[in-house]
Amino acid sequence: MNNLQVAALSVENLEVKYDRFRALRGVSLDVQQGESFGLVGESGSGKSTLLRAVAGLAPVTGGAITVNGKTLGSSRTKAFYREVQMVFQDPYGSLHPRQTVDRLLLEPLVVHGFADIEKRILRALDEVGLGSSFRFRYSHQLSGGQRQRVAIARALILEPSILLLDEPTSALDASVQAEVLNLLEQIRRDRKLTFLMVSHDLAVVTHMCDRLMVMQNGAEVERLSATDLARHVVKEDYTRNLLLASEGFVRPEASI
Amino acid sequence: MSALLTVKDLRVQFPTRTGVVDAVRGVSFTLGRERLGIVGESGSGKSQTGRAIMGLTPHHAKITADTLNFDGMDLLDISAKERRSLRGNRIAMILQDPKYSLNPVMSIGRQIVETLRTHEKVSKAEARKRALDMLAAVQIRDPERVFNLHPHEVSGGMGQRAMIAMMLVTGPELLIADEPTSALDVTVQLDVLRILDNLVRDRGMGLIFISHDLRLVSSFCDRVIVMYAGRIVEEIAAVDLKNAKHPYTRGLMNCMPQIGTDRHPLPVLDRKPEWAA
Repeated sequence: MNNLQVAALSVENLEVKYDRFRALRGVSLDVQQGESFGLVGESGSGKSTLLRAVAGLAPVTGGAITVNGKTLGSSRTKAFYREVQMVFQDPYGSLHPRQTVDRLLLEPLVVHGFADIEKRILRALDEVGLGSSFRFRYSHQLSGGQRQRVAIARALILEPSILLLDEPTSALDASVQAEVLNLLEQIRRDRKLTFLMVSHDLAVVTHMCDRLMVMQNGAEVERLSATDLARHVVKEDYTRNLLLASEGFVRPEASI
Repeated sequence: MSALLTVKDLRVQFPTRTGVVDAVRGVSFTLGRERLGIVGESGSGKSQTGRAIMGLTPHHAKITADTLNFDGMDLLDISAKERRSLRGNRIAMILQDPKYSLNPVMSIGRQIVETLRTHEKVSKAEARKRALDMLAAVQIRDPERVFNLHPHEVSGGMGQRAMIAMMLVTGPELLIADEPTSALDVTVQLDVLRILDNLVRDRGMGLIFISHDLRLVSSFCDRVIVMYAGRIVEEIAAVDLKNAKHPYTRGLMNCMPQIGTDRHPLPVLDRKPEWAA
């Protein structure tokens, strides 16, 4: 190999087609072990599709995905899901409405044949700052932020090394967003996780990620580091516009 | 500046099986022909305030106010018929998501014409012409084509422009915009705001802009009201927002990640029970 260290996740010329629509047009990226990589773009840019393709939730028609040195086939094995887990955008839609938190956390453990279930559930809840009093509640008894914490606990309970985050905070209030972002950072430090994070919010991505890729129409626009973005060192006009737009509304000087 | 809208001690209560929920608890403000922002988190009562002014609160809710006065009329005192003639005509409302708030089985043009003909006696041809002009005014490049499209055939930004066109075609004096751009991409968001900004300025409307996004509101509005748990905790000129006094306002400003600052972990809101008192 060229590198001493094998990339945690590498995607090469990935193509995804929904019927005749090319959702991804040959996208490549490498995420190193323990790195946090961000994907930014507008709706329809293919950023979520890329994440879903890695998780095996989108029809891949070309290219290759390699996780921890192993190239993935068309189906995903149980061992893959032990390594890679995903947190979805909408905590209202991603938790089963008629299962208690206990049941939600139990299921992945049973599927993967874990033994010390009791201990793991308690530890997972504790890790996301919920405590055991939440264990037998239903998701409708939780706030949006608490639900997202449960979703994170469910993803972490199998001790994956890579976490795919699809807009994990965009359904949450600003103050709750800060809490969840802090939690994610804490977990990444403690467990030395690799993040691949999608967001439409440039500020969130620069806060969470070391490097990021800007996408448009299913293709890469440019790849840059968070520090370059913060210093406005960008090559493409598209990125510059995104950056400008994220700074808020500027009233054109009134021509009276 | 004479007040277009005066709200004094507005309260909205919802009776539920487990007791009364106070959604809005004594909100007071006045609005001239200006841009007023109402900011708060989910559950702060910002949308219910807007809906109470518009008259869209569900029937089982209880609304009380010392004053809810729009241009000399007491909104809580007038008949349902008078209220209907105001709504959509002199007071209009833009909702968050065009996917859900436009009629899916009616073409965009017909919806705009329907709004206009409900409130004004105009011929079909005249109504059609005004609808097309309005679509052009919200910077839709090919109004004739969009007129005949159904809501599912247009993008989110286009749908939101169509909704703005529909709401402004009657020439309202007060426009309530409830999260008008939250469902849109950032770049489209700014286009829509620019259109809204121009129309509000050119027509001299009063605008109430309801949003959870403090940064956006502060860059768009003249004055900002910050709500927490059904009450106003602070009222401040948008330019002074950086010097906000209330810890909740300051906390909201602070907890958002910003490009170019390095703050790990992000400061979080330390909610004090007395804020809700």
